[in-house]
Amino acid sequence: MDVELLSRIQFSFTISFHYIYPPLSIGLGLVMVMMEGMYLKTKNPIYEKMTRFYTKIFSLIFGIGVATGIVMEFEFGTNWATYSKYVGDVFGSALAAEGIFAFALESGFLGVLLFGWNKVSARMHFFSTVMVTLGSMFSAIWIVVANSWQQTPTGFKVVGQGLRARAEITDFWAMALNPSSLERILHVWLGAFISGSFLVLSISAYYILKNRYVDFSRRTFRLALLVATFSCVSQFFSGHQSAGIVAKYQPTKLAAMEGHYPAMAPADLYLFGYVDAYKEQVKGLKIPGGLSFLLHQDFSHPVKGLQAFPREDRPGAPNLVFQTYHLMLIIGVFMIFLTLYSYFLLWKGVFFDKPWLLQIFVWSVLLPQLANQAGWFTAETGRQPWVVYGLLRTSDALSQSVKAHQVLFSLIMFTLVYTLLFVLFIYLLHKKIQHGPYSRGDIDHSPLHKSMGTQILK
Amino acid sequence: MMILEQFFNLDYPSWWFLVIFGLFAGYAILDGFDLGAGAVHLFLKKKNSRRIALNAIGPVWDGNEVWLVIGGGSLFAAFPKVYAALLTSFYEPFMIFLVMLIFRAVSIEFRSKEPMAWWRKMWDISYCLSSICMSLLLGIFLGNVLLGIPIDADGNFHGDPLFFFNPYSVFVGITTLSLFMMHGAIYLVMKTQEHLHQKLRIIVRDTTIFFIISVLLLSFYTILYVPRMSRNIQANPWLFFIPVCMVLSIANITRQINRNKFISAFVFSAFTMVLLFLTVVIELFPVIIRSSIDPTYNLTIYNATASIRSLKIMSVFVIIGAPLVMSYTAFVFYTFKGKVKLDETSY
Repeated sequence: MDVELLSRIQFSFTISFHYIYPPLSIGLGLVMVMMEGMYLKTKNPIYEKMTRFYTKIFSLIFGIGVATGIVMEFEFGTNWATYSKYVGDVFGSALAAEGIFAFALESGFLGVLLFGWNKVSARMHFFSTVMVTLGSMFSAIWIVVANSWQQTPTGFKVVGQGLRARAEITDFWAMALNPSSLERILHVWLGAFISGSFLVLSISAYYILKNRYVDFSRRTFRLALLVATFSCVSQFFSGHQSAGIVAKYQPTKLAAMEGHYPAMAPADLYLFGYVDAYKEQVKGLKIPGGLSFLLHQDFSHPVKGLQAFPREDRPGAPNLVFQTYHLMLIIGVFMIFLTLYSYFLLWKGVFFDKPWLLQIFVWSVLLPQLANQAGWFTAETGRQPWVVYGLLRTSDALSQSVKAHQVLFSLIMFTLVYTLLFVLFIYLLHKKIQHGPYSRGDIDHSPLHKSMGTQILK
Repeated sequence: MMILEQFFNLDYPSWWFLVIFGLFAGYAILDGFDLGAGAVHLFLKKKNSRRIALNAIGPVWDGNEVWLVIGGGSLFAAFPKVYAALLTSFYEPFMIFLVMLIFRAVSIEFRSKEPMAWWRKMWDISYCLSSICMSLLLGIFLGNVLLGIPIDADGNFHGDPLFFFNPYSVFVGITTLSLFMMHGAIYLVMKTQEHLHQKLRIIVRDTTIFFIISVLLLSFYTILYVPRMSRNIQANPWLFFIPVCMVLSIANITRQINRNKFISAFVFSAFTMVLLFLTVVIELFPVIIRSSIDPTYNLTIYNATASIRSLKIMSVFVIIGAPLVMSYTAFVFYTFKGKVKLDETSY
């Protein structure tokens, strides 16, 4: 295999693995802020237990997130040296800002969040929890700003020729507030809130089904469902906005997302399908003119298709872009219905009588993870063949002096280490959940609702 | 040489050269003590001692590692060519460094999650070895930067992938390891009491001897075989105050330990690191990476710099950010001041 392919596999593998964790930290952080806020407000010790329990899960997630994230920061230099030289002026400053303004904040206060329970006042501890969560949200801002600049570059000028060309920053705010950054930050934040809240929903549903810590888990479920419902519904609008920006600034990506080939014709909206890149057509179930309608509120409005662009400027794997985009969309819509329906049942007071629904929630923790990954695959494979859209091709961005066998070595190493890490993570998470929020000395508050519990167990 | 805009009588690339070295010095001082604590971890034999030692760095190690992230990001932004040249030249060792960093982070995190003796022992070993390996590699990177790297006019590496493993760099690696071990042991002495404290005093003594031997040998090696490295100090005799200060500072570490002034000993250990970095800065400036192929290929602060506008933007980040970062750091260290006491939230 060649260096380019290996480097791309390595980058996508390491970034995908990394991206399991930060959204969980951000979303779980937000839910923890609510739990601890409730504790400060009500002084009910059950909320303190909640915060402490989820803090332990948070620390497990955060630790792996940080360690795998540092890998990312340096992989630009090791495998994408030409890219690094090209974008350092612009992209580097966003990374440095992430370190100074976000990572320092979250890592600094993390110590207090994890170990400061007996060292600082309850208010100060709450403040630390808020700071860690804000820090992780700020991290997302800078990283998404850097990535959005690759999607819709603004605020720079190109200096030099050929492999020595590089982008120089001309306007910081134009760079940071490039056309896609705000929408994408919101989209990533909401995706993170959904991931974190679905983790809490899953754990809570599991306990309720097992008739353990029932009172505790019903409260955590309610809190998390509030975050999840709000975020899922908002994500629908955010997604729509994002698609509009893609349509405006990255027409090749949009065309690949729906497999729209004709150079200038009304575009269809597929519910599912398959893109045949050779025949340049899509087979599947579609709403004719649907995409045109979504973008222009007119079923016959023409949209630029892939054939309007030279072959070398089109995404190399349109079917991958199409499938990941549709996967994200289907999961998103499903989660909106799931959360709204659950909220409705909760409001009617009958939600906890439906074990089948709780069972769905136990497994639904995987859905936002899948949707996050799929969404990023759409964003990144849809941007191809460019690494900086319209400016620098991925094939030109490699390290000139790194050989295929070197990348193969590191790829194998990361595969082994990350597999081990993932197995350990799942094992320890499972164990933490089995152990539950109460240590041996504590009074077990559950089960409060014996009758219901036995019903479920039957 | 082109005339560049200045800020307090120094042009921006020079400022950023200093900022980057300042950040890496900060990283060495902060992460240095927790890497050192890791490197001496297996010398502590009792289960409870190891637990206390781990909790001594528990609340701060993650914040310390941020300095690596900020340093790396700043290097990427301020001197993109240097960032690219370094990481591609050290491809394999840097990948191993990253994997060690992951192992170290998860060892600290996972160790306390299971009560079995074999489990804890396994993570103790992984924590200690990864700390040793990271310290050695950091030194080896520094050694090669001092020695020069085979890069061409475009900053592309042309050499044997194992070039980094040369005697001089390994010497720098061992010296770095010994320095971190001493630094970490002093930190642990500061945070512990009773039996463990006594045990650590012996470790402080031994690691200090290890460091003094390493640094002496490294100095002889440098003067004898890499004489150009003392060129700047030869040319400017007043700079001899730096080695003088360094010797006095090291001597003072042992003196303060004997007087039970551990905080002061720690400060002087950190001061020794600052002086070592100062020597590196004086030696290199204005070159950042010396090309061992041809000196005209050297990456200097002027041919590798980002645009002045970018440096100015980042200077604003530093002016706003530095006080913030220092205040969080101070707050965390203040919160966890004094001797380690284990509670239910400890590792």
